[in-house]
Amino acid sequence: MNFKTTIAAAIAALTVTAGIAMAEPVKVGVAAEPYPPFSSLDASGKWVGWEIDIMNAICAAESMDCVLTPVAWDGIIPSLTGKQIDAIMSSMSITEERSKTIDFSDKYYNTPADIVAAKSSDITPSPEGLKGKIIGVQASTIHQAYAQKYFTDAAEIRVYQTQDEINQDLAAGRIDATLADSIALSDFVASDAGACCEDKGPVMDDPTILGMGVGVGVRKGDDALREKFNAGIKAIRENGEYDAITKKYFKSDIYGS
Amino acid sequence: MSGLRDWLKPHRIVMIALFVALVVWCAFTLRWDWIPKYTPLALQGIWRTLWILAVTSVLGFVLAIPLGLAQAIGPWYLAYPARVFCTVIRGTPLLLQLWLLYYGLGSLFPQYPWIRESDLWPYLRQAWPYAVLGLTLSYAGYEGEVMRGAFAGVGKGQLEAANAFGMPRFTVFRRIWLPQAIQSALPTLGGETILQLKATPLVATIAIVDIYAVAARVRQDTFIVYEPLILLAAVYLAIAGILAFAFKKLEERVPVKTG
Amino acid sequence: MEQALDLLALSPPGWGGNLLRGLNHSLQIAFGAFGFGLLIGLLGAYGKLYGGPVTRDLLAVYTTVVRAVPELVLILILYYVGSDLINQASEALGGGRVEISGVAAGIWVLGVVQGAYATEILRGAIKAVPSGQIEAARAYGMSPVLMMRRVTIPAMMSFAIPGLANLWLIATKDTALLAVVGFNELTQETRQAASSTRAYFTFFLAAGVLYLMVSLASGRIFGRIEKWARKGQPSLRKAGA
Repeated sequence: MNFKTTIAAAIAALTVTAGIAMAEPVKVGVAAEPYPPFSSLDASGKWVGWEIDIMNAICAAESMDCVLTPVAWDGIIPSLTGKQIDAIMSSMSITEERSKTIDFSDKYYNTPADIVAAKSSDITPSPEGLKGKIIGVQASTIHQAYAQKYFTDAAEIRVYQTQDEINQDLAAGRIDATLADSIALSDFVASDAGACCEDKGPVMDDPTILGMGVGVGVRKGDDALREKFNAGIKAIRENGEYDAITKKYFKSDIYGS
Repeated sequence: MSGLRDWLKPHRIVMIALFVALVVWCAFTLRWDWIPKYTPLALQGIWRTLWILAVTSVLGFVLAIPLGLAQAIGPWYLAYPARVFCTVIRGTPLLLQLWLLYYGLGSLFPQYPWIRESDLWPYLRQAWPYAVLGLTLSYAGYEGEVMRGAFAGVGKGQLEAANAFGMPRFTVFRRIWLPQAIQSALPTLGGETILQLKATPLVATIAIVDIYAVAARVRQDTFIVYEPLILLAAVYLAIAGILAFAFKKLEERVPVKTG
Repeated sequence: MEQALDLLALSPPGWGGNLLRGLNHSLQIAFGAFGFGLLIGLLGAYGKLYGGPVTRDLLAVYTTVVRAVPELVLILILYYVGSDLINQASEALGGGRVEISGVAAGIWVLGVVQGAYATEILRGAIKAVPSGQIEAARAYGMSPVLMMRRVTIPAMMSFAIPGLANLWLIATKDTALLAVVGFNELTQETRQAASSTRAYFTFFLAAGVLYLMVSLASGRIFGRIEKWARKGQPSLRKAGA
């Protein structure tokens, strides 16, 4: 590794891609932190998971040249508005709060938010059932917003950067429960590390916070791209590709009603 | 004091005016409406940052003294581990050390159920003991290296003179060696403590809500990027400024007469 | 133990290859940032020593702010500001969006931080060069650039190297902070491997060993360079301290 190649690489990386006749690639942002079974890095350095497969299928259906771009979850919306990426496909729920800043495509999945806790505990998914407990939630998620609205008075809320770190602390016994997406949690509960814990069921729904399902985030006013993703989602829903991919990962449909 | 005249040089007046204009421009064009809502949280965050800084710096310095002493004059079975400790701490990123302590140790807990029954469990469940431990060890690792030099630098003649007076060994250490070593290490303490301040935001990655975490929370809740970061930088600048000033005053109060 | 070795195997399903790839990225960023920082440092040091009052004050603000604000905060600010500025500039010039690779962004972000420290180190080193040498060069009628290349820089090297060695170590360790913005350098790769396999302890320990090896090897190399730079200055140790 010498200095010259590094500099050359840096200069090459800064070259402008505009003015080239072919269609500009669409940079699709995915949270750099692992979120199995939706998106995570495997041992060979490749991104895998349900959401990655769905992304590839949508992009193929609409013949878009999609480039997967890992971005810190914490800064994924600023990255979109700052034009480092063009779209977000990272299990981001469509909420009123986010819709003030970015636009969303139609939903491509919708699953309830569940509480997971130790098998031996008597926790129930309600403010009363969580009294005096410590709940872990991931930063800038609908689950954090929900916990902060409903559980602040009853329980202590600890905010983590990734859901994996929460699962890890749940297994270690540092927290009593976590509120997160039921599918992501079912994967954890089924694993060896999650043997400690079980799903205690969904929390009471609040669509203003928990949103209307997961959609592709695009910049405000980028309607052309939004329409393309809508068309792509519709296409793979209709031609059976969506169900085929879902069967690979899950026992039941996750599109929701 | 030529301080005031320094500030009134023509080019400085222009620069200060430009700076004030910039601040005013920021105040009116950027979004600050989130501040009232987050003020209580921010004050709590600042308090937590200062608390961690103070506790870990003091504990770290206390730990640095035996580390420096062991390396300077200790027998090999003390000097060697002390050296390895300092090398490891200084040779690896603090972020990784914190994650190893918090998540690494945490991942071992499920294998040993008795840990949850021990008296330490209420502390092991919290995040702050790991943060305090990690930052303390880090401060001790860097300052231990400084203290080694400080102990080695104390004049031989003084120690011999003290011995000739028939002072017991511990008295020599307490009355002559330690004060002089600390005095010669004092100028580095200020810098080291500011470095420690700059390390504190790392604790936000293990779910501690310091001032950095509060700024991140504002960004996450409101999607406003620059404003909380700019304010955060200003807060750290202010704390660093106060620290630098305090250490300067402290140094002035300690008489320097040894050569 | 055996299980740990399986996890660290270089080819999949082991994650060792990922760690090494992360290390490679970390070193590239550290190297680039160190170089970029040296460049800023050299310009900054000359600006602080010989620049006009405005240059000097601006440089003072730069070095003070960078040295007082946590790297983590600076990284976030520079990361968002940097790409925003480049994109806006490009759009203003009528061009399209500029692609910034992770490595280039990391070099820019850490380079600006390194530059502030390098400025102070190099300024101190230049000031430590005996003024007689510079006056002699001037008396020979050397141009400022030639003087810098032939006299000042070689003469200050021995004063600057201990500080620069330390700065390089800081560069390698600071790359870990880029994990927080999602760069796939060593710490981020480690975090991904750890959470995929749940072997947090093993992977963080392994990454620690890699960082330590880099530190120790760098220490050796800089020790050699220092010896080489001090050639012909045998009395430095006594005179300098």
